[in-house]
Amino acid sequence: MSIIEAKGIYKTYQETKVPVNALNGVDLKIEEGEFTAIVGPSGSGKTTLLNILGGLDLPSKGDIFIEGTNLNKFSSRQLIDFRLHNIGFVFQAYNLIPVLTALENTEFILELQKVPKKERRRKAMELLEAVGIANKADHKPGQLSGGQQQRVAVARALVSQPRFIIADEPTANLDSHSTNELLEIMAEMNRKYHSTFIFATHDQRVMDKAHRIVTIDDGKIIRDETFNRL
Amino acid sequence: MLTAVAWRNLWRNKLRSSVIILAVATGIIGGVVTDGFMSGMTDQRVNAAIDNEVSDIQIHNPSFLLNNEINYTIPQAGKIAAEIRKDPRVKAVSLRLKCQAMASSAQAGAGVLASGVVPEDESHVSSLKNNLVKGVYLNEKQRLPAVIGKKLAKKLNLGIGDKLILTLADTSGTITGGAFQVVGIYKTSNTMFDESNVFVRKNDLARLLGFSPTTTHEIAVLLRNNNQTTGFKKLLDKKFSDQIKSGKLVIQSWEEVEPLLKSMVEMMNYFSYIFMVIILIALAFAIINTMLMAILERTREIGMLMALGMNKGKIFRMIMLETIFLSLTGAFVGLGISIGVVKLFATHGFDLSFVSSGLNAIGYSSIIYFRVNPEFYFSTVIMVIAIAVISSISPARKALKLQPATAIRDMK
Repeated sequence: MSIIEAKGIYKTYQETKVPVNALNGVDLKIEEGEFTAIVGPSGSGKTTLLNILGGLDLPSKGDIFIEGTNLNKFSSRQLIDFRLHNIGFVFQAYNLIPVLTALENTEFILELQKVPKKERRRKAMELLEAVGIANKADHKPGQLSGGQQQRVAVARALVSQPRFIIADEPTANLDSHSTNELLEIMAEMNRKYHSTFIFATHDQRVMDKAHRIVTIDDGKIIRDETFNRL
Repeated sequence: MLTAVAWRNLWRNKLRSSVIILAVATGIIGGVVTDGFMSGMTDQRVNAAIDNEVSDIQIHNPSFLLNNEINYTIPQAGKIAAEIRKDPRVKAVSLRLKCQAMASSAQAGAGVLASGVVPEDESHVSSLKNNLVKGVYLNEKQRLPAVIGKKLAKKLNLGIGDKLILTLADTSGTITGGAFQVVGIYKTSNTMFDESNVFVRKNDLARLLGFSPTTTHEIAVLLRNNNQTTGFKKLLDKKFSDQIKSGKLVIQSWEEVEPLLKSMVEMMNYFSYIFMVIILIALAFAIINTMLMAILERTREIGMLMALGMNKGKIFRMIMLETIFLSLTGAFVGLGISIGVVKLFATHGFDLSFVSSGLNAIGYSSIIYFRVNPEFYFSTVIMVIAIAVISSISPARKALKLQPATAIRDMK
């Protein structure tokens, strides 16, 4: 069974006088352990698709199944709970909690999941070590570089071992050195933990690492290619 | 961690938080110091009334209270007084004769209340002796001595050694009079009292009225502790229930003798709370404004927290905690300073002597010693928490309306 299955997804935004059709019938299956990049020009519907796959938004039409569970059937409370336990997020602007240290940011999700303090601290440190930033555990985001902050964000996304990780333009604010390091880390996480990654990106370096590239334009998938990166 | 996040969020914009903390602190100082001032003022008025005027408990013939008719005396007053004196809670008991009289000097006259007292007993019950500003206290060696208030002395143009004529009606209703010598002039914080009360020896007044020296109109009881008044009065009511039922006695606490004073004490207490609530409601608007600004600045962050899986309850709690921390920090700063200010003026007094004549005219001292009940501090903290919780509702609701997808879109 696919980890994610999108069936006939349409999304129309009614916020302006003229409705905007962001997605026009998307069908997509993501298998466990995939390292998938969703690419396309600005306004093509990448982020909208990512938001719907991540349970942040609901489709106007169509169904999203996560391991057979239809997200459309969830109340907003159930959806929040579902995200907490099943999905990790990495955002373009890092979006760490500025008043918490790197370690506290990493263990934040575990606290929301009510994991005991000792255990969450151990797991958080393990992840910070895995992303190579354990020595900055007690630093607050303001004391870290962009690349370091994004590593903490990756650690935060992975620490609870979610079913999959949604990463929206994770390298957009990083220099090439940091981008390469981050991609290497995520690829390693993918190999080590068999974590499923779904990126929305413009970045060729991300595409070069992806096992699968889904190209989207005008709210439709126009190309779906799989690569053997091994 | 939610608590830590809320506390640390408070200090993200130090200037803004400090301004609101200062505003809360100032409001609390205003409320507490005002309460200290008013409670101090009320206490002094009550203490002065008990010490100089009414004592803790008064016993009369109930008919005497209707129009001060002198024939309504207390039967077996000496025995009752002796019984009361046995109780260890009693500091002193004074038996008084009282009658309306006309006090005259060569220059002027004035209506007064003449009190005949046993000098030694009275000196333990009232502060008459301590309030003397000129001359000496009543004693047995003098011939028809009288102690009058400073205001009356001024009105009648009397000094020490001058003659004071008291004209009054005796037991048969015949007008009679006596020439007394002013031996002492007293001054209390109540000029109305000073103007209308003359003290003479009980024996002298009894002779003028045609009574035996043991006849008594009023038994004044001073307790060692004012707080025991209600309990002790109940005990006396029980002890002398037969006389009370037969209409020979009425026992009153100072609150019953001076119901206006009692109402004033209660009103002052309520007023302090009302004043504090008004201050806090005004502050609530400032707190709401500050929190709304904080939420507006953190729209994206709150959206991100929702995206990560932080539920609405936790978001609400985080904002509520921030508001409570903000308000409580201000409250504790304010209470700390207030306690210092109240302590300072409780020890050294707040000098209002520049308006002393006005204050004395209505029975208040011109130096106010502040007092704040510990319960008032506690209630203030509770009220601050309540106001903070109420103030957090609007900002929290605003935060909860955020859609994570929209917030994330805004993040770009």
